[in-house]
Amino acid sequence: MSKKMAIIATKGTLDMAYPPFILASTAAALGYDVQIFFTFYGLQLLRKDLSDVKISPLANPAMPMPIPMPVMVQMLPGMETMATAMMKQKLEKHGVASLEELRDLCLECDVKFIACQMTVDLFEFDKKEFIDQVEYGGASMFFGFAGETDICLFV
Amino acid sequence: MNFDKEFDASGMSCPLPVVKTKKALVDMASGQVLKIISTDCGSVQDMKAFADQTGNTLLSSGEEGGKYIFFMQKK
Repeated sequence: MSKKMAIIATKGTLDMAYPPFILASTAAALGYDVQIFFTFYGLQLLRKDLSDVKISPLANPAMPMPIPMPVMVQMLPGMETMATAMMKQKLEKHGVASLEELRDLCLECDVKFIACQMTVDLFEFDKKEFIDQVEYGGASMFFGFAGETDICLFV
Repeated sequence: MNFDKEFDASGMSCPLPVVKTKKALVDMASGQVLKIISTDCGSVQDMKAFADQTGNTLLSSGEEGGKYIFFMQKK
């Protein structure tokens, strides 16, 4: 029987969107049976359109910047868009896959995506904005799988 | 070394070389050999780990002119 991995994806920023998809696609390639449970801001990663997934330099002191940038400057309008554009450029330059590509690879490898029904309702998300391959469920449904996994991660 | 199929992962970063190697192996027959070319130095450890965990055989792993060349035999 194949090994299993479960990931709980709770963040919806560009930087934190990568680990769940990278780990899930890699584990699937290694033969793991993988499920990702998306909850709270992680739900943003299930949108058909991922262009709103951004990175903010604010409250993110570990983010490497080309020039030192005071917090007062980081607060200015447009800084988030600029940081996101710079990050995407960097990712592309280094041959790192886009989020869309990694997500597609996960789906091709039969990684199962579960959206937390409670947070979908809480944020009044429209399911039509999510990709079709999503299943909806709660914590109990997730534990049905997570309880039998070899690896379980919270991101 | 003889091989049946080639996959060029030049320019790709983790986890693409491994994930796409897996994809390239899908439509190959047992015993066939896949040649993989990568520019990601992490591939050296990753391809070995991939082979160890999936039961495919890494026949050889080497470097030629800044590129990493692997021959993977399908289980």
